[in-house]
Amino acid sequence: MTTETLQAPAPRTPLQEFWHYFKGNKGAVSGLVFIIIICLMALFADVVAPHSPSDQARDALLLPPAWMEGGNWAYVLGTDDVGRDILSRIIHGARLSLSVGLVAVTASLLMGILLGLVAGYCKGVVDTIIMRVVDIMLAMPSLLLAIAIVAILGPSIVNAALAISIVSLPHYVRLTRAATMAEMSRDYVTSSRVIGASPLRLMFICILPNCVAPLIVQATLGFSTAILDMAALGFLGLGAQPPTPEWGSMLADALQFVQRAWWVVTFPGLMILLTVLAFNLMGDGLRDALDPKLKQ
Amino acid sequence: MSLLKLENLSVTFGNFRAVDQISYSVNEGEVLGIVGESGSGKSVSSLSLMGLIDYPGKVSADELTFMDQDLLSMPEAQRRKITGSDIAMIFQDPMTSLNPCFTVGYQIIEALKTHQGGTKKELKKRAIELLTLVGIPAPETRLSAYPHQLSGGMSQRVMIAIAIACNPKLLIADEPTTALDVTIQAQIIDLLIDLQEQKQMGLVLITHDLALVAEVAHRVIVMYAGQIVESGPASEVFSAPQHPYTQALLASLPESAAGKARLEALPGVVPGQYDRPKGCLLSPRCPYATDHCRNVEPASQGPLERQVKCHTPLNAQGRPAA
Amino acid sequence: MFQFIFRRLSLVIPTFIGITLLTFTLIRLIPGDPIEVMAGERGVSAERHAELSAQLGFDQPLYVQYFHYVTGVLQGDLGNSLVTKEPVLSEFLTLFPATIELAFCAAIFAILIGLPAGMIAAVKRGTLFDHSVMTFSLTGYSMPIFWWALLLMLIFSVNLGWTPVSGRIDVVYWIDDVTGFMLIDSILSGEEGALSSAIAHLILPSIVLGTIPMAVIARMTRSSMLEVLSEDYIRTARAKGIAPWRVIIIHALRNALIPVITVIGLQVGILLSGAILTETVFAWPGIGKWLIESIGRRDYPVVQGGILIVATIIIVVNLLVDIAYGIVNPRIRHSR
Repeated sequence: MTTETLQAPAPRTPLQEFWHYFKGNKGAVSGLVFIIIICLMALFADVVAPHSPSDQARDALLLPPAWMEGGNWAYVLGTDDVGRDILSRIIHGARLSLSVGLVAVTASLLMGILLGLVAGYCKGVVDTIIMRVVDIMLAMPSLLLAIAIVAILGPSIVNAALAISIVSLPHYVRLTRAATMAEMSRDYVTSSRVIGASPLRLMFICILPNCVAPLIVQATLGFSTAILDMAALGFLGLGAQPPTPEWGSMLADALQFVQRAWWVVTFPGLMILLTVLAFNLMGDGLRDALDPKLKQ
Repeated sequence: MSLLKLENLSVTFGNFRAVDQISYSVNEGEVLGIVGESGSGKSVSSLSLMGLIDYPGKVSADELTFMDQDLLSMPEAQRRKITGSDIAMIFQDPMTSLNPCFTVGYQIIEALKTHQGGTKKELKKRAIELLTLVGIPAPETRLSAYPHQLSGGMSQRVMIAIAIACNPKLLIADEPTTALDVTIQAQIIDLLIDLQEQKQMGLVLITHDLALVAEVAHRVIVMYAGQIVESGPASEVFSAPQHPYTQALLASLPESAAGKARLEALPGVVPGQYDRPKGCLLSPRCPYATDHCRNVEPASQGPLERQVKCHTPLNAQGRPAA
Repeated sequence: MFQFIFRRLSLVIPTFIGITLLTFTLIRLIPGDPIEVMAGERGVSAERHAELSAQLGFDQPLYVQYFHYVTGVLQGDLGNSLVTKEPVLSEFLTLFPATIELAFCAAIFAILIGLPAGMIAAVKRGTLFDHSVMTFSLTGYSMPIFWWALLLMLIFSVNLGWTPVSGRIDVVYWIDDVTGFMLIDSILSGEEGALSSAIAHLILPSIVLGTIPMAVIARMTRSSMLEVLSEDYIRTARAKGIAPWRVIIIHALRNALIPVITVIGLQVGILLSGAILTETVFAWPGIGKWLIESIGRRDYPVVQGGILIVATIIIVVNLLVDIAYGIVNPRIRHSR
């Protein structure tokens, strides 16, 4: 009997396997590429941007994009009503949007994991209280809750980021709790408990690594929600305050330019859409690549 | 008379041949057993008879006729008139095979209405008769039950009622008892055989339960990796298997291992899409394989009613003939 | 069934209590002295301060304040606006029909497009149609809707001149406020052209507000439908020889709709919060615009009351969706 024909190819490491599935998803890869570009742009904004975001060119108010009649290649995407270069403001805005997203996602991820682990591990009264609060928060649309929080604390970037991280908390709590509950009933957790592992060790060393995959996916999608909500708050005048170059607040007084300067309206919003879309594409790709159920 | 006849039927999914050029026929009132391990193409071949293979699956055959009507060339609408009335099928898992959103009565009456029609009252009366026929107590109340309120055995009885609703001439049962409790299995098989005799249906019984096939089937087909490796009258195939695979299947039965320390098992697994051997598909696992077996695919040989696909069929002593 | 509804109802009460606690606490979280903050830059005299403090009950212990707040809320007393001095509830009730009208049209738009699109995409899986639906829905899902509103306005109102820019109806019409719903009132008024003007004003806001729900519904319908289509009972239905459309509409859709109904219910929250942005862009006189303006004016009783009402509406709708879910899904209906 020959065994050669039955031998399976060498097994891939989990990371290789993940990459194998991820790179097969064109949308996810293009999302990733776009995100990398945006990140680089944000990091090197001072070098990349042709002008300072707050420089007002008095001689070039509401200049159309360069390729249009009356445009100037010094201001590729045109200028706004006080003569600031739109491209430069968008590039600097990326810095703000991404860092707010990062701060908000990190903060709610850490808090969410902690609360979820505690709820799933302790069960009983603690679990009930945490989950009731989470349910109440989920009953409120996130933007409304964020608006409420900012309305009370006063409009500013910091408060907006705080509000966004609070409203995205419930998703992480729920995910972590569900994963914790599922892992708690597994034999390996019981056996470590029998050996005498401390609750902290059980929570963070045994259980947490098993919830990482869904949390990564949720965090990626959370990025897109954070950027979207941040822009919405900025648009409503509750987030970044002028003259800060923020994508949403760049649109706050765009309504008056709808009639005469379409470029003031179009480009910042397009940037929000593309960035959010990129994060969503990547999140979907990550989910497909990390979800063992969908693997053949 | 031959009810169903197929000649070189293949079902392919892309490059993968799930069913590879199989030919057989079923006569009126005959019980044909199809055996083979998981992935041998038993279920796929029967789904292709019902026209239930979806894109990207492709069905091709030199001949696929039911009562002398060509099933492959006829328009879809016409074929659907045969599917569910003249040819009916029951499936492996009764608990998931009934639609959870509709009552038992609705699902039985739907089959009747599609092919026979009638007033509401007639249809309901007929549905109650069918439930009685398949041995469900208090059929009037069961009509308004939802599938989740039934046990597995009950659900399979309902599936049988749906299948025989339009008096099919051919019934295909795809592992009808695999998902059921052992105690229920015998009841369901008894019911199927009773109904088959009563109505003189052709019955294709797909299973991996060899003992069951030996007991109830007139003829038997053994499938391996999408091919028919051996076929013939059930008694002959089981008493004197000519194909090494059939021999191995029989040896793996717990009954035949009585007194031995270990159960016989065939090493290895059924070849998949990427590790298909060049010659005989069984050659990597066959204890008698020669270089010839590994390089040249055997053809089916023997008389039509007793065929075997092997270069060196086994003799009565269970050893290779040549 | 009755027991099932009762059980759901009993779950709503703690949620409602939680939300009253939330809105109650929010206003007390205002940094600094709330009355000073409410008064804003104008400042406030000492006696006016004491008067306001007594009026708002700030001089009493917290639990007494909460008790008064909740008893007031249960009697429909949400306080008075600091700006207009009108009761918050009556202001809300005058503005709410405008938001309902908009949200309702947006929901209809979202369901009418999203549901069939998702269904057909699932049935025609892997085709160009499927890919387009998925691309469009992901884009719609990622859409900053305030920008989407501006963009559509730019194209259809400014450049093409097809639709009006803002408001609920053309200024030449003077429509009596009978029901509060412009579509109905404009018919009742009998004025020629009023209805078509009202409809024209509704189109863009409805599309904008309906975009995200539409995308969510399309994606959900597609994935739910795909799952159902691979179920054993679909094979059973096809084995009966039923026509393909009947298999899809009767056997698959009913099962596929079960999760979609929940998702449609969840869209009510998205519609109401999206209304804040949509109404702001289109100058639509509904509760979203009212809330944002009140925040700008530091009219805290309005903010507090408005959020409480909106949250309550969402809970009630979710409850109704839960019950509807029980009606469609026999397994749930019977198991409780």
